[in-house]
Amino acid sequence: MKNEFQVIADLIEKDKKVLDVGCADGTLMKFLKDNKNINIRGLEISKERVQECIAKGLTVIEGNAEKDLKQFPDKSFDYVILSQTLQAFLNPELVLDELLRVGKKAIVTIPNFGYWKVRFHLLFKGTMPITKTLPDEWYNTPNLHMCTIKDFFHFVKSKDIRIFKSLALSNLNKSTINQSNLGVKNLFADLGIFLIEK
Amino acid sequence: MNTEKNIKTLIVNKPLKLDCGKTIKDFPIAYETYGSLNSKKDNAILVFHALTGDQFVTGINPATNKEGWWSYAVGPDKAIDTNKYFVICSNVIGGCMGSYGPSHKDPNQKIFGTNFPVITINDMVNAQYNLLDHFGIDKLFSITGGSMGGMQVLQFISNFPDKSKTVIPIATTSSHSAQNIAFNELGRQAITADSNWKDGNYTSNETNPGKGLAVARMAAHITYLSKKGLQEKFGRKLQEREDLKFGFDADFQIESYLRYQGSVFVDRFDANSYLYITRAMDYFDLAKQFNGNLSEAFKNTNAKFFIISFTSDWLYPTQENKDIVIALNSIGADVGFVEIESDKGHDSFLLDVPDFLSALKNFLDKSYEEN
Repeated sequence: MKNEFQVIADLIEKDKKVLDVGCADGTLMKFLKDNKNINIRGLEISKERVQECIAKGLTVIEGNAEKDLKQFPDKSFDYVILSQTLQAFLNPELVLDELLRVGKKAIVTIPNFGYWKVRFHLLFKGTMPITKTLPDEWYNTPNLHMCTIKDFFHFVKSKDIRIFKSLALSNLNKSTINQSNLGVKNLFADLGIFLIEK
Repeated sequence: MNTEKNIKTLIVNKPLKLDCGKTIKDFPIAYETYGSLNSKKDNAILVFHALTGDQFVTGINPATNKEGWWSYAVGPDKAIDTNKYFVICSNVIGGCMGSYGPSHKDPNQKIFGTNFPVITINDMVNAQYNLLDHFGIDKLFSITGGSMGGMQVLQFISNFPDKSKTVIPIATTSSHSAQNIAFNELGRQAITADSNWKDGNYTSNETNPGKGLAVARMAAHITYLSKKGLQEKFGRKLQEREDLKFGFDADFQIESYLRYQGSVFVDRFDANSYLYITRAMDYFDLAKQFNGNLSEAFKNTNAKFFIISFTSDWLYPTQENKDIVIALNSIGADVGFVEIESDKGHDSFLLDVPDFLSALKNFLDKSYEEN
């Protein structure tokens, strides 16, 4: 399992009710269900991925986060997870609001556009950056709203969203992000993981 | 229409009060089973049939000598694996394959015809509930069915919230739409316009309103398919002729196909049953039973739901299936949903659609493992 998923799983206590938005093939869901006795649900847009989840015995709803989160009542999950998908929505702000309405807490991870490799790629090659977390070409990327860890940090603060934990991930190293090291983490982490609440 | 020697029947002695106000008792429910009930009695699946189905889910139907209506899905090693599960299906009341219906005789030995009480989906499932007692099953492992079968699934779990572990409504709705009522009315009008119908008092197969029933079936059959499916299968292909004949015989293959579908249907189905069952579908509005709040229908159940729709089904479209998902999510129920890609229309659930069959199998088998 991806290091990112291990970090997310560590943020969630046992026996909770969790919604994984954009759950893909259900790898994280399965892990949470089997190892932490989590009552887990998934929302996934791809029919193929939904089938993979069903084959794993997971409860998944085929749907689109921008349209289908509204059917869930307020605070009906202890945690709502959104892994590396926020930048792909037409309206990320609306999705973030919905995550925090449906979940008591939300765990959002973002591929960091401020990562030094991304910056180097653009600076020296002069073409759109391609990295491990941003593997697509400019013409076929699903990402519409790329942001940096710093952008997301400021955005969340401006919306009066509480940050319980903000973690920077670079390869296998996990570290805490705070106001004073934000600039450094924004340069050296390729992924930001935020545990937030409103 | 009658092969009574092959029909298993349960006589229900307990009186059943129908929605129309009348009470029936000592009435027959015809059923069939596949596979075997295990010693814990926790492997039973109750299958509900659609409008023109019957209890003969799979294998050779002794009445028609054709494959059962859900042969693709039910059988050894199939999606609903009869090596593993005990499958029960019964003919709905109002039907014509042995369960109490308009072709039965009233207490005065006169055939009911349209004197048979009007029945509802609620009446159908309340009648079928007696099968659980009959087999000594406290809790079913699953209930499933497509189309009108799906309506029965929804009504059953609403009436008996702790009687099934899993619930699989397929290509269905919680409330029959105006469009669907309209199609059903077209069918009923075709039957009642046939001079042989005689207000429902036809007596033998020779004098039944076969022409009207065939037209009803032809019209309905179109609604079970998709435009794309029809176009690909038939297009404008001609029926055993080189050119148009400038007449009203079946020039096109699609005409010939529909005529055939109409004619074989008449051999196996009773016109009055068609009136009764379509009426039951039209009356179905589960939300209305709970003052317009569909979620209330499911608030007492802990069952695990899995809802399936098909992209090309315009009779029971995805949105109507999703409305059920939404009602369940709004009360935090355990519900999964998938829309299967298929150009076979509403009939997709009856056909060889691999993505559908594998989703059904995986859901059942994984849920059973967790038992």
